[in-house]
Amino acid sequence: MLKISKLHKSYPIGDSSLHVLKGIDLSVDSGEMVAIMGSSGSGKSTLLNIIGMLDELDKGEYVLDNVPIVDLNEKKAAIYRNKFLGFIFQSFNLINYKNAIENVALPLYYQGFKRKERLEKALFHLSKVGLSDWAKHLPNELSGGQKQRVAIARALAADPKLLLADEPTGALDTKTSHEIMEFLQQLNDEGKTILIVTHEEDIADMCKRIVRLKDGVIMEDKFVTQVRASQYV
Amino acid sequence: MFDIDLWREIFQSINKNRTRSILSGFTVAFAILLFVILFGIANGLKNTFAEGFVDDASNSIFVRTGFTTKAHKGLQAGRRIQLKNEDQDFILDEYGNKVQYITSRIYKSVSASYKNEQNNYQLRAVNPDHQFLEKTQVVSGRYVNQSDIINKTKVVVIGRLVDEDLFLKTTPIGKYINLNGIQYKVVGVFEDDGGDNEERMIYMPLTTAQQIYGNNDYVDQINLTYNPDLDFDEALDFSRSLTDKLKDRFSVAPMDQRAIRVRNLANESQQVGIIEVAISIFVIIIGLGTLIAGIVGISNIMIFIVKERTKEIGVRKALGASPKSIVSIIMFEAIIITTIAGYVGLILGVVILKLAKPILEENFLKNPSVDSSLVLTATFVLILAGAIAGYLPAKKASKIKPIVALRDD
Ligand SMILES: Nc1ncnc2c1ncn2[C@@H]1O[C@H](COP(=O)(O)OP(=O)(O)OP(=O)(O)O)[C@@H](O)[C@H]1O
Ligand SMILES: [Mg+2]
Repeated sequence: MLKISKLHKSYPIGDSSLHVLKGIDLSVDSGEMVAIMGSSGSGKSTLLNIIGMLDELDKGEYVLDNVPIVDLNEKKAAIYRNKFLGFIFQSFNLINYKNAIENVALPLYYQGFKRKERLEKALFHLSKVGLSDWAKHLPNELSGGQKQRVAIARALAADPKLLLADEPTGALDTKTSHEIMEFLQQLNDEGKTILIVTHEEDIADMCKRIVRLKDGVIMEDKFVTQVRASQYV
Repeated sequence: MFDIDLWREIFQSINKNRTRSILSGFTVAFAILLFVILFGIANGLKNTFAEGFVDDASNSIFVRTGFTTKAHKGLQAGRRIQLKNEDQDFILDEYGNKVQYITSRIYKSVSASYKNEQNNYQLRAVNPDHQFLEKTQVVSGRYVNQSDIINKTKVVVIGRLVDEDLFLKTTPIGKYINLNGIQYKVVGVFEDDGGDNEERMIYMPLTTAQQIYGNNDYVDQINLTYNPDLDFDEALDFSRSLTDKLKDRFSVAPMDQRAIRVRNLANESQQVGIIEVAISIFVIIIGLGTLIAGIVGISNIMIFIVKERTKEIGVRKALGASPKSIVSIIMFEAIIITTIAGYVGLILGVVILKLAKPILEENFLKNPSVDSSLVLTATFVLILAGAIAGYLPAKKASKIKPIVALRDD
């Protein structure tokens, strides 16, 4: 699914630069569910953003779905993001003046679907996250968990090959977090490849593989027995 | 361009930022409002200037005479120069191909009566060409014709207001009107754009007047129009040459300004033209100034909106929005706000002009208004203005990096 080798990334800070990622090698196969862990500032989000083509690497190689990701211009990045990737953010990032179904339909708009088709597909994904009754509600009328479910439905709407989640449960209480994880596990069962950045050990244990970053390198990379979230909810 | 979804997106976001959109549109609306009012007033000014000329054809030349002021060829100063029928023939002989219409004129004041109604009027004895020179519009009957000139018939053509004054309950055509004790048959009624005075006028065949008032072939004035094919310089050359020839014919000193006076309207209409152009330039400068202020206003507020929507734009990009789609949303938003606001200003301006028309016309502004072609121009200008206003904000928006926009802080 994706293969990263010798990836380096630094950020300029004033005159000097901050070397955040110092040679990352990582490959993820189709159908995996990977947790990326590490202390704050260890470069988890940076790695995920590069994988998500929201940011560019300085050095190294990155191949996504057999496509080498090089010479990214804005236009090309937009197409890849739209075709390959679904994003889930800690702070949901729903568009506040669009209701749930319009938010979910937005990636489909950028894929060029007709309105009727968009709304049909969006409703289908909303019902998958159990929110079809909330289709016409604006984000500020939804709870945190509901918002994250709308965001997941949105990430799924474009049928991406790879789902990237940066602390998807970071803003949620334990119970709601487990509901979201149960949902992500279901998606993974259905075959979606999922990368989750998290701080929380119990969330990481619900994945199938844990990658630990420290000081810009991978310190540990191990497969684990998945803890099913359904047993907590 | 006609992507309905794009419009939906735009209207949703305008609607969401309604207050701000209205606010940013306000400057443009005000700019256009100001422009329309100025434009209307300028039009009124122009119409006022032009009105002085609608009375006569703009290619008119008037030949008048007076007393000589300089001695010349052994002739004393103070001699009276008298135009006669033969002078009109002389001009035609000399300049036949340059003359479009020509007529002689005799002025008289007459006391006119029909039945019990009586009033005093100006009388002009003329040749048939006079109708075209004066832009006389015959509304019933006919004008003086060539057979009247040959037969010296006692007929008159009366102005609309003469008709109103004297012929209270009947149509004047075929009736006999009494001018200073002599009966004339009314053969026509006319209107004239030159105002009430022109419509309180009576026309009579030149030869008839010459026979009745003095039994001579004197005329007071010769009016002619030059061939419209002549350009401005040729027209001035023509009247200059005409002046010289006439001075020679009457043995008037070349420097004598009083004895023979040739007035060429081309001169005056050119001056009016210059004033009109000056007014237009003034209006365009003010209009452009206010419009630019409006554009800057919208642009500023749009930049602010873009800044406020940074996160949203980042989200859209993360979801796969192309830079082009972001640019078009912002551009079209600016264009729509500008155009709608512009039309509001336009309509307000037209309404205000309509309401203020009576007051303005009292102050010598004839028909201050804007025509419909302005609406078309305005649409074009507004769309362009919107595009200019949207350019910077759109560029700013397209440069937003999703990574920066999405950072949680
Ligand atoms: N655009 C940027 N410019 C400069 N420095 C940056 C930028 N983005 C991240 N950094 C720095 O890079 C380092 C790694 O950041 P990153 O966001 O990847 O950490 P993280 O592991 O996700 O941390 P957290 O758990 O707090 O989210 C941090 O020290 C951060 O300050
Ligand atoms: Mg992070």
